[in-house]
Amino acid sequence: MTATEPAVRDGRRASGSDTKDRGNRRVARSRALPYLLLAPAILFELLVHVIPMLTGIGISFLKLNQFYLRHWLDAPFAGLDNYRYAVDFHGSIGVSLLKSFGVTIAFTIVVVALSWFLGMFGATLLQRSFRGRAVLRTLFLVPYALPVYAAVIIWKFMLSRDNGMVNHLLAQLHLSDGNTFWLLGNNAFVSIVVVAVWRLWPFALLTLMAGMQSLPGDIYEAAAVDGAGMWQQFRKLTMPMLRGVNQVLILVLFLWTFNDFNVPYTLFSESVPPSADLISIHVYQSSFLTWNFGLGSAMSVLLLLFLMVVTGLYLLVTSRRRGRRA
Amino acid sequence: MRESRSFKVVRAVGLTFLTLFTIVPLYVMVTSALKPLGDVQNEFHWIPTTVTFRPFIDMWSTIPLATYFTNSVVVSVCATVLSVAIAIFASYAISRYRFPGRQAFRMTVLSTQMFPGILFLLPLYLIYVNIGQLTGFALNGSRTGLVITYLTFSLPFSIWMLVGYFETIPQGLDEAAKVDGAGPLRTLLSIIVPAAKPGIVAVGIYSFMTAWGETLFASVMTNDSSKTLAIGLREYSTQISVYWNQVMAASLVVSIPVVVGFLLLQRFLVQGLTAGAVK
Repeated sequence: MTATEPAVRDGRRASGSDTKDRGNRRVARSRALPYLLLAPAILFELLVHVIPMLTGIGISFLKLNQFYLRHWLDAPFAGLDNYRYAVDFHGSIGVSLLKSFGVTIAFTIVVVALSWFLGMFGATLLQRSFRGRAVLRTLFLVPYALPVYAAVIIWKFMLSRDNGMVNHLLAQLHLSDGNTFWLLGNNAFVSIVVVAVWRLWPFALLTLMAGMQSLPGDIYEAAAVDGAGMWQQFRKLTMPMLRGVNQVLILVLFLWTFNDFNVPYTLFSESVPPSADLISIHVYQSSFLTWNFGLGSAMSVLLLLFLMVVTGLYLLVTSRRRGRRA
Repeated sequence: MRESRSFKVVRAVGLTFLTLFTIVPLYVMVTSALKPLGDVQNEFHWIPTTVTFRPFIDMWSTIPLATYFTNSVVVSVCATVLSVAIAIFASYAISRYRFPGRQAFRMTVLSTQMFPGILFLLPLYLIYVNIGQLTGFALNGSRTGLVITYLTFSLPFSIWMLVGYFETIPQGLDEAAKVDGAGPLRTLLSIIVPAAKPGIVAVGIYSFMTAWGETLFASVMTNDSSKTLAIGLREYSTQISVYWNQVMAASLVVSIPVVVGFLLLQRFLVQGLTAGAVK
């Protein structure tokens, strides 16, 4: 916008020497306007995300334990001590963090793979219209729509040993004696995987169905005329065309699953079994049980670095492959 | 289109499996909520011996459920209204103006989605405590603190979706309003907002669901008077002897509003998702 344009329009109302002055003011205002519109968003993002994150990085270099919690700005500088504790794999803190990291990796791989597979499977089955399709599509989305804690609490009841549905069903089917502890020991890992997949796969379904809707239908008809079977159509047409959607979907599933806190927190009471000790709850419990925020922050920063590296590499590799194929 | 018989068989089997996997837990929730206490304390049964609505009445007196409910409603509604309003202004700036820092803002907001919540939970907790000590304005343990926290959680996705939505509204409408003498704010409120109503409703429901389901920050930042449903129901389900029929009834009641909202919204949500993913 040039300086004269608004001045000319303003000329209808104003005249003489203050026309130009007003015009300039109006330009200045329209330059500032986008920033004014963004100001509330920036303010809250700064308060809740940016400043705490920078503070968190700062805290990770402080000896901030329960003695300094009330006046944490006076906590002594600790250098890299907190990081040293966190990755000291001879000490108990480092070993338990490493174990938790391993459990989280295994959990993430299994949950993302299963959720994506079920989502893809469901979306493919629902791709063509048939009677009852809309009903099923809506039904499948319900677990994702439930508040997370409600979904987990249902499973907590179903997985309880004496009065739960799962043991009852397994006994009815003669698959077990019906006395399994599902929320203890190594079984706890199976339980968190099932609960997480139950509420996450509908998201994969929703995203993939949306992606499939935007695929051109005539290509499939042409392929069918050329004699391509269902499996070939899926492999040669659907998968390549969904590559963009899959790239984003798998990244989002990965980040959500890796950072999952709700499932173990709600599923278990005070003590989380080691096999279900996901990294978020591990850091949470080691921070709030011992009030050692310095150490907790150092662990969080390591977690963030790991996620940034993985995300960066993932985007680099998948984007390059996409570029080459295109 | 021709469908092979084997595809139809696979489809029938596959959809039956997915349906059972989805529906059985929902069935357990609904039927257990209608069972008398004796039915849920002993071995599980698929069919209630008698159907009773007592759990839906008793749950309000076993725990202070009404308090939790009020807290969740107040926090979620306030966070939603503020978040949507803030997102509308920000999205308008991004979709209609070209200014230095535009792209940087978009990327920063989106990347906050990646951060593990635990990273800023500890410092945010300390900051809220400090603000309380310095100004006497309690953010920690209060609903205000939760509102401020939650409104930022839905902000990135809301802005992302609304920018996409606003960009589908032809610029010609803005120009016409400008010619008629409307300022930018009038244009936004009288042209853009009405035209983007479906998108705004979708973003609103999404924000509400985010706040309604949040657990991590609520577990640290609430006390007995500001506790939300997420924390209250978890405690309800971890007592020594749990009234599972009441817990299931409560879970059902707190789920209905968001499930209905989500199912109404899914069409718009899908549009928003693909708009972002395909681009």
